Amino acid sequence: MNNKTALAKTKMLKPQTKKSFTTYIMVTVVFVIMMILSSTGNVSSQIDGLLVPLCVYSILAVSLNLTVGILGELSLGQAGFMCVGAYASALFSIATKETILVEWVRFPLAILVGGIFAAIFGILIGIPVLRLNGDYLAIVTLAFGEIIKNVFAALYVGIDSKGLHIALNQADMNLEADGTEIIRGALGVKGVPNDSSFVVGFILLLITLIISYNYINSRTGRAVKAIRDNSIATESVGLNITKYKLITFALTAFLAGIAGALYSHNYSTLQASKFDYNLSILILVFVVLGGIGNIRGSVIAAIILTLIPELLRSINSYRMLIYSIVLIVMMILTSNEKARTFIVTNFGKLKGMVLKIFKRKDTAEKEVK
Amino acid sequence: MGFLNNLINGISLGSIYAVIALGYTLVYGIAKMLNFAHGDVIMVGGYVIFYSMTSFSINPYLSVLIAVIVCTVLGIVIEKIAYKPLRQATSLSVLITAIGVSYFLQNSALLLFGEKPVNFTSVVNVPSISLFDGQVVITGEAIVAIVVSILIVIGLSLFINKTKSGRAMLAVSEDKDAAQLMGININRTISLTFAIGSGLAAIAGALLCSAYPTLQNTTGAMPGIKAFVAAVFGGIGSVPGAMIGGILIGVIEILGRAYISPQLSDAIVFAVLILVLIIKPTGILGKKVREKV
Amino acid sequence: MKNFKRVLAMATAATMAVTAFAGCSSNNATSGEVGGSTSVAEGEKTIVIGGSGPLTGDAAQYGVGVKNAIQLAVDEVNAAGGVNGNKLKLVFEDDEADSGDKAVNAYNTLKDQGMQILLGTVTTGSCLAVVDKSKQDNIFQFTPSASAQDVIANDNCFQICFTDPNQGKASADYIADNKVATKIGVIYDSSDAYSSGIYNAFKTEAAAKGLELVSEQSFTKDSKTDFSAQIADCKNKGAELVFLPIYYQQASLILTQSKNAGFAPKFFGCDGLDGLTSIKNFDTSLAEGVMLLTPFAADSKDQATQDFVKAYKAAYNDETPNQFAADAYDGVKILAKLIESQNITGDMSASDICEKLKTGITAADFSYDGLTGTGMKWNANGEVSKSPKAVVIKDGNYAALDN
Repeated sequence: MNNKTALAKTKMLKPQTKKSFTTYIMVTVVFVIMMILSSTGNVSSQIDGLLVPLCVYSILAVSLNLTVGILGELSLGQAGFMCVGAYASALFSIATKETILVEWVRFPLAILVGGIFAAIFGILIGIPVLRLNGDYLAIVTLAFGEIIKNVFAALYVGIDSKGLHIALNQADMNLEADGTEIIRGALGVKGVPNDSSFVVGFILLLITLIISYNYINSRTGRAVKAIRDNSIATESVGLNITKYKLITFALTAFLAGIAGALYSHNYSTLQASKFDYNLSILILVFVVLGGIGNIRGSVIAAIILTLIPELLRSINSYRMLIYSIVLIVMMILTSNEKARTFIVTNFGKLKGMVLKIFKRKDTAEKEVK
Repeated sequence: MGFLNNLINGISLGSIYAVIALGYTLVYGIAKMLNFAHGDVIMVGGYVIFYSMTSFSINPYLSVLIAVIVCTVLGIVIEKIAYKPLRQATSLSVLITAIGVSYFLQNSALLLFGEKPVNFTSVVNVPSISLFDGQVVITGEAIVAIVVSILIVIGLSLFINKTKSGRAMLAVSEDKDAAQLMGININRTISLTFAIGSGLAAIAGALLCSAYPTLQNTTGAMPGIKAFVAAVFGGIGSVPGAMIGGILIGVIEILGRAYISPQLSDAIVFAVLILVLIIKPTGILGKKVREKV
Repeated sequence: MKNFKRVLAMATAATMAVTAFAGCSSNNATSGEVGGSTSVAEGEKTIVIGGSGPLTGDAAQYGVGVKNAIQLAVDEVNAAGGVNGNKLKLVFEDDEADSGDKAVNAYNTLKDQGMQILLGTVTTGSCLAVVDKSKQDNIFQFTPSASAQDVIANDNCFQICFTDPNQGKASADYIADNKVATKIGVIYDSSDAYSSGIYNAFKTEAAAKGLELVSEQSFTKDSKTDFSAQIADCKNKGAELVFLPIYYQQASLILTQSKNAGFAPKFFGCDGLDGLTSIKNFDTSLAEGVMLLTPFAADSKDQATQDFVKAYKAAYNDETPNQFAADAYDGVKILAKLIESQNITGDMSASDICEKLKTGITAADFSYDGLTGTGMKWNANGEVSKSPKAVVIKDGNYAALDN
């Protein structure tokens, strides 16, 4: 198999490169398996429909991990950036639906537009707020996300022969008869072309992973990690803290915007109410459970935690209750010293497996030191 | 007159936020964690009062007392089961557990109390005050909310500064390890903080549901988030800060809705929050922590 | 050790794949070809009706009512021997009132369970997310309560409830024609598609009918408890009537807070207000005189409604059904009637059933007398024609408002 030769190659590589290649291969293997299953008709509609959202959530988790894990700052505004990316790309696609007919030209452009707009917002919000830290930064990013959601949910945008109309309710737009409404307040945007697919999602996830791993191990990434571990010391050796923080923040926003674009092109409707603080928190849960600073962990956690409530559907009204219990138990098992030792000593055979999962955090830390 | 009315409504809403915010601030100060489940404890308190009053016809004040006891016990139990095992873990891990607890409470309530909203009977029987020939009305609920929140802030400040347990809380919030060396029982202090915070949540539940008499399993979520914002606004960890933050958030929310745009009133609150934090990064009354190398 | 780690990594990947497998294998038994064509027939023929609505979260109250009512109607149909020798089977999934992935996940899961007809979704947002999917699969979609106009853009989707614009227009017409008031205030939920849809239509029609909108106030999902500022504005602008195109839970708060503020205008609402008087522990004197246009009134005197309410209460904890539930109940009965007249059987594919139902429901001679209207007919657009009843709340009960 190809994978084996690839694995053999990684032996000669640096540890971090090896780590990243293992992740790429893992993701690719899962992708290939799912593609084969899907094309042979062995995948249920439910799982088939989950493939794109799984990519979306994985990208979101990986990108948030750059801010939370590598920069060490808590951000609760991921849904806001995703929202910007989703709306920007959706509007781009709708506007160019008539002019750019080729999907594989239009969609990458739309994704790029989504990412760039989100990154611009990331920079705009980052400049004033990145001098805050800890929970204050968290609350400001949460506030920012909520502002974005509220503004989009209240916004009516239409276009007619006289130009663009923007208002806070439908009647105030005063559209001419030939006008079309683009954003319709709470009803959101409709008619976004369904360009997303698992293949596109996989490619975007792979790009996200490649960007993230290379960023972490780059000169900039090392500087960012130095800032996380000791900002004053880093500043004293002449590094511009704000610049590095801003780059990371913008990169996170950019990737979240890409995820937003992937998301908005997967459904026939786009409503701002989706992008509330609960979504930001959900993504943070992926990051923390997957291991702070651990890119691969984010992907695995995003996949598992998205699948759990879906696979629990058969118990209907209890499923969210079970999900919450699973969340608490997983958190205690992965973070409590005694629980870890208990598991490790009592389940000899599972030891390696458990260690692997539970040590993720430690290895992530060691990697830095 | 309209302005005065809005101002009063804002202060009354803000007082409720303040009482909720106190719960956040206390727990944050001691355990350095954002207790996301706090808003849902309010909902539990609301349901306890509702069922004591309707199913068991218990006197409203006694019902509030029962709710305070139930929520205090609930707070201690949550702390023991979900947070205590994570004492040594990062604050982020505890945050996620708190989110898990929040989902747990919401979904248990959905199964226990049903999905339909119920109407809450006000526990307050203070009459409304009508001023300027009825142009300005202050409801009994508003008066009680304002008075109760002031009393709680004064009581809490006295407790923290004058009693031994209170000062133990201060010491733990200042430096956990040093406090332990001085013979303070950290675990007990943290449990006590959770107990007080959750007891306050029950009172907040009574105030919130009396002023806005509807109750369902998600009732506590949004006020919880806004009160959390208020706690940060005032400077998280500071008791008077929570009070000031709560009232300011309430007033800005109502005035923003009345005079700028109702659709964007939340956006306005959050925008003001961002502005304040940019100017004063640790909130209005927050302590500036000097970083050491 | 390095090798070991790598093996583990692969093992983890394999676990993930297995997890994914587990999901499909458990469902494969009932899943059919694309379009959800069937393999459910085991002995007796079964027609699988899929339902989708919020069972958890903020909007659970609407989804649970619909689920209960569908189950009730399905049980009744089956107890009476089914239709054409077919039994009906309900599969219901939680879409959390989401407008994206969760709604589509619920839809896909229903497909895996062999859904042949979709009686859903409950909320507009979720409905918009799945209408294109059901079109692709050509599954007949019959929504009890998703009322936006966009919902029925595709030819396979029909509504049991009124379209939002119709409700807004009908309300403005009623107020103007009966000279209920001329100075109108509106309080609506701008973050909700249903509410803002009615409001927009109401505003247009009010202008045409010469009604004066003195105050147009809104609130959002995130601040739906304190309405003091909105009420104050209506009061100060001298509104004689406040139009409330919102759900009953918020309306109950507005009524309470208006009373506190010493503001007593007439209140007028749409079908969302139904349920107001059955809120547990609600002081119905507050709702005295509230007028609403609703297709369904739980305390209506007609036999069908009384039977339904009685059966519903007996089955579900003495809860009073609201209009969502009534629409859903009607939906099942309408489907049963169509299944009978079109000779639909459980072994047909979803797509064939869809075509037959489309022909049946739009047929000139088809009409249905149900809980939510008499002589209900559908046009090819998917819109239902039925006239809302204007009722006023009197002594805690609905009383017909006669012109």
